[in-house]
Amino acid sequence: MSWWTPELAAILWAMFQALVILLGAVLLGAVLTVVERRLLGLWQDRHGPNRVGPFGTLQLIADMIKIFFKEDWIPPFADRPLFVLAPIIAFASLLLSFVIIPITPGWGVADMHIGLLFFLAMAGINVYAVLLGGWASGNKYALLGAMRASAQTLSYEVFMGLSLMGVVALAGSFNLRDIVAAQEGLWFVIPQFFGFATFLIAGVAVTHRHPFDQPEAEQELADGYHVEYSGMKFGMFFIGEYVGMLLVSALIVTLFFGGWHGPWLPPILWFALKTGCFLLLFILLRASLPRPRYDRVMSFGWKVCLPLTLINLLATGAVMLLVDA
Amino acid sequence: MELAFYLSGLVAVLATAGVITGGHPVHAVVYLIVSLIAVALVFFALGAPFAGALEIIVYAGAIMVLFVFVVMMLNLGPDTAREQTLTQPRYWIGPSLLALVLLAALVALISQGVVGETIDGELLTARAVALTLFGPWLMVVELSAILLLAALVTASHVGRRSNAAGTSPGTGGGAS
Repeated sequence: MSWWTPELAAILWAMFQALVILLGAVLLGAVLTVVERRLLGLWQDRHGPNRVGPFGTLQLIADMIKIFFKEDWIPPFADRPLFVLAPIIAFASLLLSFVIIPITPGWGVADMHIGLLFFLAMAGINVYAVLLGGWASGNKYALLGAMRASAQTLSYEVFMGLSLMGVVALAGSFNLRDIVAAQEGLWFVIPQFFGFATFLIAGVAVTHRHPFDQPEAEQELADGYHVEYSGMKFGMFFIGEYVGMLLVSALIVTLFFGGWHGPWLPPILWFALKTGCFLLLFILLRASLPRPRYDRVMSFGWKVCLPLTLINLLATGAVMLLVDA
Repeated sequence: MELAFYLSGLVAVLATAGVITGGHPVHAVVYLIVSLIAVALVFFALGAPFAGALEIIVYAGAIMVLFVFVVMMLNLGPDTAREQTLTQPRYWIGPSLLALVLLAALVALISQGVVGETIDGELLTARAVALTLFGPWLMVVELSAILLLAALVTASHVGRRSNAAGTSPGTGGGAS
C-alpha cells in the first residue's frame, strides 16, 4: 500500500466533500421547489400540492419525471448557441459559489483568501444567464424581462458588494473561514445591522425572488426571460433560482449569523438550522408581499440602499479607528 | 501554474480572435466576455487572485453587461455588407502598421528582460495590494477618485431631464 499516502487521502477526502456539497446543493434546491409550494399553501390558507404520495411528499419525483420527459423545444427564431448557453450559466454560476462556503470547521470545498470576491464575481456572471436567455429567445416579452433583469441586477449588485465591506473590514479578511472565526464572541448582525439588511434586500433582488421578480412578472411579461424555455432547460433556470436562494441564505448565515457557531448542538446542525430560517424567510416574503412597481424598485436601490451602505461603511471605519486609537 | 497561464492565455487570444471574426454582434460581445474571464485567469495563474477577481467583477460582470445591453437594444443582426467595406486594405493597413511597430517594440523589450524568471505562483493578497495602493501610490488613487467624480457629475448632468417636474426617471445614470 505504498501509493496510499496521506496526501492522496487528503485529496480524495476533499473531492468527496466537494461532491457531497455539490449534490447536496442541487438536491436541496430541487426539494425546496416543493417545500415552497406547500408552505405557500399553508400561509395563503389553501392546500398546495398534496395529492402525490403521503402529504404530497412524492410531488418532487412527479415533477422530475415530467420535466425530464417534456419535449425540449428550441424555437426556430431563437439564437441556438446562446439559447442553450443561458440556462447553463444560470445554473453553474450560482452552484460554483458554494465552493467558498464553510459549512463546519472540517467541511467546505475551497479555502480561498479572496472568498467573498469570488461570490461577487459569480453573481456578476449570473446576470448573463437572464440577459442572453432573454435576447436569444427572440421574443419581446423575454427581451423586456431580460432588460429589466439586467438593470435591476446591476443596480443591486453595486450596493451588495458595498454592504459586505463592513464585515470584511471588521474581520480583516475576505476569507469566509476568517469571517466566521471573527464572530466567535459577537455575531456580525449586531455591529453590521444595516449591512445585513441591505445584503438581504440585494440577495433577494439578485436571485430575482419575489418581491424583486420584475424580470419574470407573470401578469405583465408572461414569465419574462424564460417564456420560450421548456423541458430541462427551463428546469435549470427553475432549480437555479432555488440554488441561488440557498446560496444567499448560507452566505447570510456565514457572514452575519456566526456560521456554525452555537451552543450545545453540533456545528452542522446549527448551520442547517440558521440556513433553514432564512429559506423560510425567503418563502414568507413571497407569500406575503405584493410586487412593487419597477421604477420604484430601481429608485429604492439607488436612493435608499446605496446611500445607506455608504454611510454604514463610513461609520464602521470611523468606529474601528476610534476603538483602535 | 505555468500550464494554467499558457492555457488561459491561449483561450484569451482565441476568444479575442472570435470577437473580430464573429458574424453576429451579440456573439462577438460574448466572445469578449470569455476573453476577459481568460485574462482574469491569467492573473490567477500569476498569483494575483485579487486582481483576477476584480477583473471579473468590474469588467466581465458590470461593464460588459452594458455592452450586451446596448448591442441588444440596437438589434443589429448579422451585418455582412458593412463588413465587406471594412475588410478593404485601406481601412486596416494603417492601424496594422502602427500595431506592428508596437509589436516590434514589445519583442525588443521582452528579449532584453530577465529570461530566467518563471511563474511560481507567489500569492499577492488583497492586503498587499491595499498597502501598496494606499502607501506609495496614494496620489494616483486620489487622482482617479477625482476622475471618477467628474465622470459621475457629467453622467448625472447628461442624464438629467429638461422638465424637472416630470415623473422620476426609472434608472439612475451612474457610471460603472
